[in-house]
Order: sequence, then structure tokens, then C-alpha cells
Amino acid sequence: MIFQARVRAAVLPLLLSACSYQHYQSDFGGAAVADRQFLTLFWIFIGVCAFMYALVIAFLIAGIARRSRKAEANVVETGRHHQSDPLMRSTLIGWAALIGVGLAALAIASFVADRSMAKAATNEKLAVTVTGNQWWWDIVYSSDQPSKMLHTANELHLPVGVPTRIYLNSNDVIHSFWVPSLGGKQDLIPGRNNAITVVPKTTGIFRGQCAEFCGTQHAHMALVVVVESYPDFIKWWDGQLQPAPAPATPVALAGYKYVTTGPCSACHSIGGTPASATVGPDLTHLASRKSIAAGMLPMSKGNLYGWVEDPQSLKPGSKMPTIGLEPDQLHAVVAYLETLK
Amino acid sequence: MTDVRAGDFEGVAGRPAPSERERVEAENRRLAEERKKIVRDGPKLKGEKLAARLDATWRRPPGIIGWLATVDHKEIGRRYIVTALLFLALGGVLALAMRLQLARPDNNLIGADRYNQLFTMHGSTMMFLFAVPVMEGVAVYIIPLMLGTRSTAFPRLNAFSYFMYLFGGLLLWGAFVLNIGPDIGWFAYTPLSGPQFSPGKRADIWAQMITFTEVSALAAAVVLVCTILKTRAPGMTLARMPLFAWAMLVVAVMIIFSMPSVALASSMLISDRLIGTNFFNAYEHGDALLWQHLFWFFGHPEVYIIFLPATGFVSVIVETFCRRPVFAHAVVVLALISTGILAFGLWVHHMFATGLPRVGYSFYTAASMSVSIPTGLQIFCWLATMWDGRPRFEVPMLYVVGFIITFVIGGLTGVMVAAVPLDLQLHDTYFVVAHFHYVLIGGAVFPLLGILTYWYPKITGRMMDDTLGKIGFWMVFLGFQLAFFPMHWSGMLGMPRRVYTYPAGLGLELPNLLSTIGAFVVALAVGLFVVNGLVSLYRGRIAGPNPWGAASLEWATSSPPPVYNFAHIPVVESNTPLWDNDGELPVVTGLRVDEKEMLLTTVVAATPDLREPVPEPSLWPLISAIAVGVVFISSIFSPWAIAVGLVPCGIALTAWFWPKELKRHPEPVID
Repeated sequence: MIFQARVRAAVLPLLLSACSYQHYQSDFGGAAVADRQFLTLFWIFIGVCAFMYALVIAFLIAGIARRSRKAEANVVETGRHHQSDPLMRSTLIGWAALIGVGLAALAIASFVADRSMAKAATNEKLAVTVTGNQWWWDIVYSSDQPSKMLHTANELHLPVGVPTRIYLNSNDVIHSFWVPSLGGKQDLIPGRNNAITVVPKTTGIFRGQCAEFCGTQHAHMALVVVVESYPDFIKWWDGQLQPAPAPATPVALAGYKYVTTGPCSACHSIGGTPASATVGPDLTHLASRKSIAAGMLPMSKGNLYGWVEDPQSLKPGSKMPTIGLEPDQLHAVVAYLETLK
Repeated sequence: MTDVRAGDFEGVAGRPAPSERERVEAENRRLAEERKKIVRDGPKLKGEKLAARLDATWRRPPGIIGWLATVDHKEIGRRYIVTALLFLALGGVLALAMRLQLARPDNNLIGADRYNQLFTMHGSTMMFLFAVPVMEGVAVYIIPLMLGTRSTAFPRLNAFSYFMYLFGGLLLWGAFVLNIGPDIGWFAYTPLSGPQFSPGKRADIWAQMITFTEVSALAAAVVLVCTILKTRAPGMTLARMPLFAWAMLVVAVMIIFSMPSVALASSMLISDRLIGTNFFNAYEHGDALLWQHLFWFFGHPEVYIIFLPATGFVSVIVETFCRRPVFAHAVVVLALISTGILAFGLWVHHMFATGLPRVGYSFYTAASMSVSIPTGLQIFCWLATMWDGRPRFEVPMLYVVGFIITFVIGGLTGVMVAAVPLDLQLHDTYFVVAHFHYVLIGGAVFPLLGILTYWYPKITGRMMDDTLGKIGFWMVFLGFQLAFFPMHWSGMLGMPRRVYTYPAGLGLELPNLLSTIGAFVVALAVGLFVVNGLVSLYRGRIAGPNPWGAASLEWATSSPPPVYNFAHIPVVESNTPLWDNDGELPVVTGLRVDEKEMLLTTVVAATPDLREPVPEPSLWPLISAIAVGVVFISSIFSPWAIAVGLVPCGIALTAWFWPKELKRHPEPVID
């Protein structure tokens, strides 16, 4: 009864809330092979565990109901030595056997799932290197042709149905790459080379987030993953390879000058301009991305203003300093950044 | 019964030279005279006369000096428990602050830096300053009483252990108040905690707090192992030893094996930070993952170091309130031991996402799952005892029922995260937060609240209020479920751990709000428990020696126990001595009452072995703890502190261990 009450109180609203969202960042997304395998295994485990739990609770209720007594009857019972009660003893052995069998079944299921996930990692068609930084993601698409190598940040595009190998490194501390709708996580560890394979099964936009505590702004180290059809993906790739467009308006030109010669260029690079530092995220096609500040804010003019003017109040501790731009400089910088489609 | 007496002891090796012979004979005559003056308990000395005599011998000097110098395990145990509960309250306040921040998405109540300090302090406080010490404190208080002896082994080491623990706690919290509390997580992964990414002193304070609690826990573990193995009442063979003593024996041995690992890790971290050793720096031939191996080799057994004492509590409560010895005593003991062993083979399941070889992971999956076999058997044994006995639902028993309902969920989610494919999704999410709070609060704090209610009358002489206790139980139990069950969902909806905020629109609003409300219900209930404890100190019903009608020896003496615990050392003839002997227990006599003395027995059969003098109160443990503390704290700032600071340590320890009597004792203590 207690349990049921609790279930009613806590689980039902949660289930409702779980169903009403789009699995933007959720284990229930099922948008890739690994996450589908996870979900199958998850429900197997839930089934077995729920069965075992029901047995324990049934035994508990039976034990309580059988002979509970009033306080005054607080006497030690002598006589029957239940330690050697044969029925109890065989139940104990049966219980041990049941746990053993249940665990063995679960361990085998887990092993099989793990093997099949490992097997999926052998025929990848696309290689991406994701490098963790405090607190953003550097992304490089590899290609046989050097001119096709693509450098971007914080937004990962994947073609649907194509096994993609994602190599994971870190420039500073340990991070963890985790896009729940696409599958499990893998750590980015300085000095080690990790990799996972993702096989997306549905198109859509998913959100991932660093899952290993990595310092002050761990909470705002997110990543947008766009899974699209293969032609769309190639179109996106080709577009991203283009250098940044030249500024067309006087305001944008002023911004261009400030960004490429001022403090911004100490950290950021913009393809086709003198700005070529690699400390911060690549900005070549910043305005084509869906978010700014590593998945923290949606891309919009207002958010660009807010972010460029005072990153330290939006994301305290971020490596991007608050420079203290004059209003006309700020207008110019945002006007230029907006052109980086 | 057996009367332990000192025999004459003449056979000294070597034959003294004639000139010396006279001197030796004179010495022997003097000793014989002194022997006649020795006072022992026995038929001639019992009742109130004996009590007065023992009290005069065992009572510590009054005043603040005596208070600081005490070696009485009951005083030290009480201090441990009270201090640990204060840290529980502090850690709980941090949890409430975090829950307020997470109640709404994109909340601005607490900033990133402060929040990171909060969860680091919460985890470190709860693990190192509450959970382990409170178990040690309860054991230090109750184990000598349960075993029928007058003191722990090494009582001064015991005092030292408490002071080290206290200083470690003060260091951490003092730093937090000064806004230099650690912000690297309670696990302090390198390289984030290393010199490059944590400049300042925050990580050093964390590491040295660990060093304090390591030393303290190791000292307490040595005290407990020796107490349990050597000071049991005659006749209390290992087979008759209470299950709580078994649990603490296993736990103390686990501490001795696991703490050196984290001691090594924290020392290496300190030396990386202080003198640039680069143990954990991947760019200088160090290894970032080494920290995780060393930390979790300690960190996973740590969980069982917290959980196994709680299973001991459950066994105690189940036995008393079902009026039956726990079903299949031997199975429970073997389950404790095998849990203790298996706990050391699981640490890699905290590292499934680090990219170690996958086939190797399967071994740790199997090992992690197998630990649920002994735990499942223990649960069966308690349920079988309830089934066969006639359970009475006083407050401690309610906590046992709450424990089973809650802990089993935590155990089963533990089986889930032991599977690599599941863990890769669930690891470092709120699902894991839910899992280990079910295991640690459901599995350890519920039994702890039960056992504190149960042993409260023994410690204070009064009962806690029953109605308040029952209201408190229901609030803790239901509030806990409300706070932590939704975390399974928030984790599956993609909420990682250790984030100071989360965006709206991911479905995380409702589960987080429920968790916050539940956390406040739990806090209210814990507050109610404390109020109950304080009010009952003055208003509670007088308990009498054995208010619950329990079977073990701690109930064979008055409540609260006299400073010497037992007037005569009891003799044990069964697993449940107070149930099997109507009226008086058989006793041994012959221990000195003019000096502090305790009876040592053999390890397995518990036959009388030695009479051991018990040290007098002393300030040297405190002074040594201060000297060691100064080294630990000042070494945060300069490596020279170690070289210079070790001198006072050496002096203090030398003074502590200086042999007090060089002349021959009137009688040998060996019989």
C-alpha cells in the first residue's frame, strides 16, 4: 500500500512528463543503434529486477501479516529451532539459486549486448574527431583530401544510417561525450585516445552534454547534434568548407576589422580571414549553428549581443573574457558575426 | 565460575650471581608484600562496595583537562556520534541549498562556483565526516559493551582517532566558510584537481581532509579489530559473537586494506601540487586514469564500509523485535565476509566510460553483480526471521521495514548499472544519484536511525518518544521516496550529475521540483529526530537496563552503563545470553579493581588468556593529534612543513609511548 501510494504520487506524473517531450536529450530517444540496444536491455533488466523485487516485498508482507502481535506479548519464544527448519532451509537454497540464475541471465544478456555494440564499431564510413575543452567542443571532420578537412565547433552533423567513428580527445581535463538519444557515453581523457561508433537511425536534432564533471561551467558544456539525410549532410559539409563571406555593409566591415585584428582574434579563427587562433571555438560559420556558447543559448541576434557583451555574467568562469566593448563596437561585431552563415 | 588468578612466577632464565641473589630475594619479598595488597573482585568484594571501588578506579579526573584526556570508549563513542550527526546536519543543509537551486530550470539562486563547492562539500562531508565516522562511533561505544568487556583495546589510540577526525572536519568546514572550500567533486578526478586546473588551495584542503580521515579511520579500525578479536567475554566464541560485531570486524579489516590506497592517491596528489611530481600529468609521462584506479580501489569498498555496519544494525534490531536469533547465523556471517572480499574486485565499474578494454569490463560486470548474492541472502535471512518470529513494530523495526523496501530498489538499480551497456547511458547521470542514495540512505541511514533509537536508552538511560519517532519514520520514508525516486527519471531524461543548472524544455522541471519538495520533507524529519533526541534526554521515560528485552550483553549492565561497564565480566554460553539465562549471568572474577584492568581472551574460543592493564587518561593523544594536524595543514603551503613539523610529532609520540614503570610489577599479568 505504501509502495502503491508512492508509485501513484511519483511515477505517474513523471511518466506523463516523460512522454510529452520530444526526446531531445533523453535515453528514451532511440535515435541510433546503440540507444535502441540500450533500451531493449534496459527493459529486460527492469523485468527481471521487478520480479525479484516483487518476491522480496511479498515475503516481507507475508512475514508481517503472519504473526505480528501486540506489544504486551513481548516474550521470547522457546522451543522450535527454526534454524534447522528444513522447509526454511530449502527455501534459502532455492532463493540463492534463483538469484544466481537471474544474475547469470542478466550477465549473459549484458555480455551479448556489449559484444554486438563492439561489433558495430568495425565498418564505419566517416571519421570525426571531437576534442573537449573547458567548456566547449572542438570538432574536426577527416577526409582523404586535405582540402575537405572541416573544422567546426559545438555542433555535430551526422548522416543518418552511416556508421560514424567519433574519436575523442581532450585538451585539458576529463570530459565525457554523451548524446543520450544516440547511445552511451565515452570519456575524453588527456593523453588517451578513445572512440565510439554511432549509427544514427532517425533524422532530427538532439542535444548532448558533457557527463564528467570538468570544472566551473560543466553544466554549460552542451553540444547540438543534427542527424540529416546523406545529401543534406554533404551539402552542409560543402557549405562549411567555404571561407567566411566578406562583409557587405559598413557596419559589418567595422566589425570584421575589430574581430580579425582585435582581442577576438587572439583566441578564435575565422576561415578566409587573418583570425586563425585555435584557443577558442572556430567561428567561420557561427551564424549557421543552432546555438552559441556550447549549446547554452539559442542562436539569435539578441543572444549574440548578450554573449559578446558580457560572457562572464551569462557563463561565469568561462574562458571568454568580458572585454568591455563600446556600444558601436558591439553593434559592429554582432553585425559581422551575423553574416557568418 | 572460572576464577582467574595470578600464579607465582619464579622461573627466570639464567642463574643470578650470589651477590645478586640477596637483592633478588629482597625484591621478591617486597613483591609478595605488594601482591597481598592487590584488590580483586570476587565473592568477598561485590555489590555496592565493588561498584564504588571500580568507580573510583575507572573514573577520569574531572574538569576540562580530564574531559580532553579521557580514554573511556563510551565518552569517545558519544563524541564520535554527536560530531558525525552535526556533520550530517551540515551536509544536509548543503543538500537543501542544492535542491533549491535545482528546483527550477535556469535558476540563478546559487552561482556555478558556489554550487560546485556545495556538491563537493556535500559528498565529502557525508562520506568522510558522517557515514564512516558515525559507524565507527556507534561501534566504539557499543562493541565493548556487546562483547562484555571494560574498554576497547588501545584506548588512547581511540582518543587520537577521534581528534584526528575532528580536526579533518574542522579543516574542511573552516575552509568552506572562508570560501576556499574544495570544488572538484568528492572524487577529485585528476587532472581537474591537479596544479594546472585547480590553482589555489582548494584541492589541497580536500586532499588533506582525506589524509586526516584516513589516519583516523585506520586507527579506529585497528582498535576495533583488536577489541573484537581479543577482548570478548569468556565463552563468546567466534561462532557466538553477535552479528554486529562480525559486521564491524569485516568492516575494520576492509578499512585496513582500502584506506592505504586512497592515502597513497591523496599523497601523490598533494606532491603533484606541492612539488610538481606529475604522477597524474599525462603530458609529463604521468597518467590521468591512475587516480581513478587508486581512488575507486578505496572508493568502492568505502560503500560497503558504510553499508555492512548497517546490516549489523538490521540483524540486531530484527533479532530483538522478532524475539528470535537471526535465521541462519552462519549464512549471514559468510555473507558479510564474502561481501567484504568481493567489494575489492569491483572498482572498475566506476570507470566503464573511460575506454579500458571491453572484454576486461565483462569481468567487473560479473563481479559487481555477484555481490548481490550475499546481500540477497542476508535479506532472505532477515525476512525469514520475521516470518518465523513475531515481529513487534516499534520504531527501530519500522526502520528495518523501510530499509528493506528502499534498499532492495537501490540494490537492483545497482545490478543495472553493473551492466556495461546500461551503465554507458546511466553513468554520471541522476539515475546514479538516485541509485546510491537508495543504497546509502535506504541501506545505511535508515538502519542508523533505527539503531540510534534502539541504543538511545542504553546511552542516555531514557527512551526516545515513540509517537514522535513514528511520525519521523513516516516522514523520512515517504519524503525520501519523493526526493529520490524522480531522480531515476531525470537521469534517464538526460540530466547529468554535478550540474548547477539545467535548461527548460527537456522534461526535467517536474522531477526536479518533486525532488526538492521531498528533500525538505526528509530534512524536517531529521530535524524532528534531533528534537526527539534532545527532548528525550530530559523528558524521556526511564529505560532500565534492558527496555527492549534484548539478548546481547550490552543490555546486561545498567543504562547508561557505569564507567567500568560491568561489575563482573560476564561469561557467555550461547548466542543469546540474556534470553538463555534467567536472572543472573555467570561471571568471572579476579580482575584487579585497584588498577584499571581488563580481561583478554583467545581469538577463536574466547578462553581467558591475559589480564591487561588499561591505560590511564592522557593528554598525549590530543597533543599528538595537534602536532600531526599542524604538519598536515602546514604542508598545504610548504614542503618544509613536513621536515620541520615532524619534530613536534616525534616528541609528542615519544612522550605518549614512554614506558611509565620500569620496576618489576608486583605480579605478571599472564596467568
